[in-house]
Amino acid sequence: MSHEAKKKTPISERRRFFTDLAHHAGLGVMGVLLWAGYAQKAKSSPLTLRPPAALEEADFLKACIKCGLCAEACVNRPQNIDKETGRPRPGTLKMARAQDNVTIGTPFFKPREVPCYMCEDTPCAVACPTNALDLKKVTNPQTGELDFKMMDMGLAVVDPNSCIAFWGIQCDACYRACPLMDEAIRLEYDRNPRTGKHAFLKPVVDMNACTGCGLCEKACVTEKAAIFVLPREIALGKPGAHYVKGWDKKDQQRVQERVGKDVTTHDERSKENPMDYLNKGLEF
Amino acid sequence: MGMNRRDFLKTSAAVAAAGAVGITVPEEAKAAAAAGEAGWRWDKAPCRFCGTGCGIMLATENGKIVAVKGDPAAPVNRGLNCIKGYFNAKIMYGADRLKVPLMRLNDKGEFDKNGKFRPVSWKRAFDEMEKQIKRALNASGPEGVAVFGSGQYTIMEGYAAQKMMKGGFRSNAIDPNARHCMASAVVGFYQTFGIDEPSGCYDDIELTDTIVAWGSNMAEMHPILWSRVTDRKLSDPERVKVVNLQTYTHRSCDLSDFNIIFAPQTDLAIWNYIAHEIVYNHPEAIDWDFVKKHIVFAVGPRNIGYGMRRAGEKALKEGLYSEKEMEIIKKEMAKTISEKEGPALEPYGVKAGDVMKMNPGTLAHWLISFEEYKKSLEPYTLDYVAKIAKGDPNESLESFKKKLKMLADLYIEKDRKVVSFWTMGMNQHTRGTWVNTLSYNVHFLLNKQAKPGNGAFSLTGQPSACGTAREVGTFCHRLPADLMVKNPKHRAIVEKKWQIPAGTLNPVGNQHIVKIHRDIEDGVVKFAWVNVCNPYQDTANANHWIKAARKMKDFFLVTSDGYPGISAMVSDLVLPSAMIYEKWGAYGNAERRTQHWRQQVLPVGDAMSDTWQWVELSKRFTVNDLWGPYTLRNGKKLPDVRKDAEKLGYKPDTTMYEILFANDRAKKYKIDLNAFPQKGYDNSECLGDSRNVVGSDGKVFKGYGFMIHQYLWEEYAWFGRGHGHDLADFVTYHKVRGLKWPVVNGKETPWRFNVKYDPYAAKANPGGDFAFYGPLAKKLFSGNLLKPDKSKGKTPIPNKAKIFARPYMDPPEMPDKEYDTWLCTGRVLEHWHSGTMTMRVPELYRAVPEALCYMNPKDAKAKGVKRGDLVWVESRRGKVKARVETHGRNRPPQGLVFVPWFDEKVFINKVTLDATCPMSKQTDYKKCAVKIYKA
Repeated sequence: MSHEAKKKTPISERRRFFTDLAHHAGLGVMGVLLWAGYAQKAKSSPLTLRPPAALEEADFLKACIKCGLCAEACVNRPQNIDKETGRPRPGTLKMARAQDNVTIGTPFFKPREVPCYMCEDTPCAVACPTNALDLKKVTNPQTGELDFKMMDMGLAVVDPNSCIAFWGIQCDACYRACPLMDEAIRLEYDRNPRTGKHAFLKPVVDMNACTGCGLCEKACVTEKAAIFVLPREIALGKPGAHYVKGWDKKDQQRVQERVGKDVTTHDERSKENPMDYLNKGLEF
Repeated sequence: MGMNRRDFLKTSAAVAAAGAVGITVPEEAKAAAAAGEAGWRWDKAPCRFCGTGCGIMLATENGKIVAVKGDPAAPVNRGLNCIKGYFNAKIMYGADRLKVPLMRLNDKGEFDKNGKFRPVSWKRAFDEMEKQIKRALNASGPEGVAVFGSGQYTIMEGYAAQKMMKGGFRSNAIDPNARHCMASAVVGFYQTFGIDEPSGCYDDIELTDTIVAWGSNMAEMHPILWSRVTDRKLSDPERVKVVNLQTYTHRSCDLSDFNIIFAPQTDLAIWNYIAHEIVYNHPEAIDWDFVKKHIVFAVGPRNIGYGMRRAGEKALKEGLYSEKEMEIIKKEMAKTISEKEGPALEPYGVKAGDVMKMNPGTLAHWLISFEEYKKSLEPYTLDYVAKIAKGDPNESLESFKKKLKMLADLYIEKDRKVVSFWTMGMNQHTRGTWVNTLSYNVHFLLNKQAKPGNGAFSLTGQPSACGTAREVGTFCHRLPADLMVKNPKHRAIVEKKWQIPAGTLNPVGNQHIVKIHRDIEDGVVKFAWVNVCNPYQDTANANHWIKAARKMKDFFLVTSDGYPGISAMVSDLVLPSAMIYEKWGAYGNAERRTQHWRQQVLPVGDAMSDTWQWVELSKRFTVNDLWGPYTLRNGKKLPDVRKDAEKLGYKPDTTMYEILFANDRAKKYKIDLNAFPQKGYDNSECLGDSRNVVGSDGKVFKGYGFMIHQYLWEEYAWFGRGHGHDLADFVTYHKVRGLKWPVVNGKETPWRFNVKYDPYAAKANPGGDFAFYGPLAKKLFSGNLLKPDKSKGKTPIPNKAKIFARPYMDPPEMPDKEYDTWLCTGRVLEHWHSGTMTMRVPELYRAVPEALCYMNPKDAKAKGVKRGDLVWVESRRGKVKARVETHGRNRPPQGLVFVPWFDEKVFINKVTLDATCPMSKQTDYKKCAVKIYKA
């Protein structure tokens, strides 16, 4: 499907493998941020999650005029009215303050506090006067209708060490909380040889379907969430574009991105002009 | 989804597993765990929550539970838990625990129905209860004093409550929330086997080839059993088949080979279709040798109503039910047979368009021939059943037919073992008893019942629905161990054991839990006490009962609970109860496994156990107060037994405490703090404790001085021993990880009625293979489908089980033009029942903070609502606001919505209908008609 194609390149089925990788990478970056946070001209942490339909970070920052209309639309949407009090609950989108480690005045969200509920009518993007939030990114080109499944705020990753489903606990709170249950989070079944009669039901994120809404992170019952959303470029590695998985018909799509690019490779060994190299001669 | 999953499973199958059955309990199983880590004391207990009965270990430090682990030695869960079990350590420590009694008082400090809750002493609380109970007895007799009991009572609590109610107050108006949970399963067992509870056990999962779940979202409601089902599937993905049948797609559907979405109530037709397929198209599959030796055929009346209020009842005469409500209630008296149910009723001489006059529900039934039974199955052709049962308007009839046929083929396939599981879908059903018995029909015809890996198995919802509600008999019609209040011989057995005068026990036991609410509304019940449940949130059509509780000026309601909830809010007096690990106790799970635990910590605040509360109440009532003559409302007289009491050595002022609880038999159970299992453990009831709680007499409570828990246990267990319900002794249970009764010569019984495994069956049928020895209704008239022929007398049918002819019939309320949508309610994995405990665990609260209205996206679009919008869910009885979810864990077909009931802020039981199975009196929470519109 079109929105699947849009969501970057698939890498591997073994989510668990690069989960660790992403997690560590994330922590590394975090250390640097402690300093950056105090800089007057605060730059966004690479862990910042942007509203649905946001442009690529660089373009987004150029387009965003920090008007706050998206956050206002988010908090005031009818679905956010508390049915007891009749007043709005805290909204998903917040406008960054100095201490947020996000470019001041730009919208972002923290799923553990308030996840994105992926409104079918995307009021935040509708409210954006500059197309920093671009409705085209969440519009199905075939039908012309908004499609929340095309949202792409980040990617959920599981820490299998602290996820209690990997211990054999029948949890899966994230799986049941997922608005795209069985698409974005699926269960992987494994036998539990220790007990001899129970199965592990482990949550596995499908990187194509996951939108990064963070309902899983919010629902996770561990003290610090064992499933959490990272920006896609932090969460994912990237395999080379020269090899196609022979057993996966779709994989060619990923590699086709390289069409039109220079195929010449460069490294220490190849940087010398071959003639210069040859003319150096050998000592003997 | 199913197909992809299968491919995936195939690859995982290579992993070898240890033989699941027959694993011996390892040494680490010893209850007295070795000295724990970091000064923690570890001790075993069952999980607080569902009927699965997982074992856990609790760590205590400085008088508080600090951690929990799954018990690796527990055969059910082998150290694992679900997320509710994972949080057992946190359930007792919510910041709003009730710590002192609270009563509605006016400014002068007097009880006032319209007063505000203010703290009172235990003495003041019991003074008021005593006064109010005496007033109620005076006004209405024993029928005026009622108890909302529980499938979450410990066995000893339930037994104490039952003793004081039935033996002391002579009132049978004690009925548990378990009535809402598995009463239909119980009547199904009684009707089919003559004795309660399943023939099989959980080991069937590892031994079967086929798991068919009917109206049961096991993945959420019995997660540990579901992980066993999943493991069984992984062990042999090609051979092992999993099928789920229900009215909407849910979490368990992911594992299935195929799922059947059927129209509400048509499970009746589908079971009959499978039987039709066997009898008409695969007669060779019938094991005639088994059927002839062990089975009889039977039928009962069809015009039994729907368990709603009947014409002539006070509240109806007074017009307390709206015209809209009466549109449905009038079907309790008569109903026009619909086109849908007409064909199913034709063998019984009724057709579409006929008016069926309804009588009150009855358990009566009589024997018929196989030919008559066969005749009853004639309508259930694939065409008819597919037409009425297809539940998803977007599925093709052909696809649905194909699945029905596949299902029948799985049951019929020779040498294929099949287990049928069910929970609330089949129990909460206006024909719940019928559909339960229909499940056994199929298993019996094929000789696939009461054998390892084969059988229909009712999964229980509550942790001690079996152990306490059923086995102790805290139902209005029951006494311990399958004894019945209406049977004079049974009453005599109990009176003798309790050493109370003959004739004390009340023979009329009809105040089931819904009837208690109705009797409050009708002004009959003047005093009610809520124990370990939340009946004002969990009873259908809640507006009526809440209004009655608050508006009836001379009605006094007491709620004992750990936390404040809806029931406490509508009460006049609220008592703080000790929670599970703050007292000694025992639970019995769905596979007949009884598990005991010790008091781990002192209760919070001044909370005391429900056992203590009952025993303290018993001190307030004497022979003279309770055992005089009464006339019941049906005219029946309860004799004056005070003279006979004297013959037993009691004086007019002897208290019920001395007779029922602190008698000579009880005092033989000594306190011994130097020996197992008492050594090193608190015992607030027997010894008092360091809190020095000021008790019911205004003095510091110092304990009863004898081991009351052991006394209550041993006296209760006596009733079952030698009668197929044998339980081991108190001390043994503290050493083992539970035992499946009957426990005979120290050995538990995995499969009942099977001569190879059940000593009672072996005794009843020496040298044979099966004996369905349950004693109830084993002498019957014979007749045809229409009526019994009483001229020929009754036929004894010892050791036989029954196959029942039972038709499809519509439920009383179905969607129409105005109320165009089915409403189904239920639970979510994260929360237990009304959320009293789990909503206090911050992690579980965060995971699922509110109940949603799960709806098909097409329905949402048609109604102009979007995901996250607030809608009104409105029925003829009430309405509630809920948020729409169109992509969640539950995916209803068009025309149905699902709303869970745990959330008191989405009070869905204001909307549901209080129709019950007229035989089991269990409410159908799965079906009523609503309209949905934007709020």
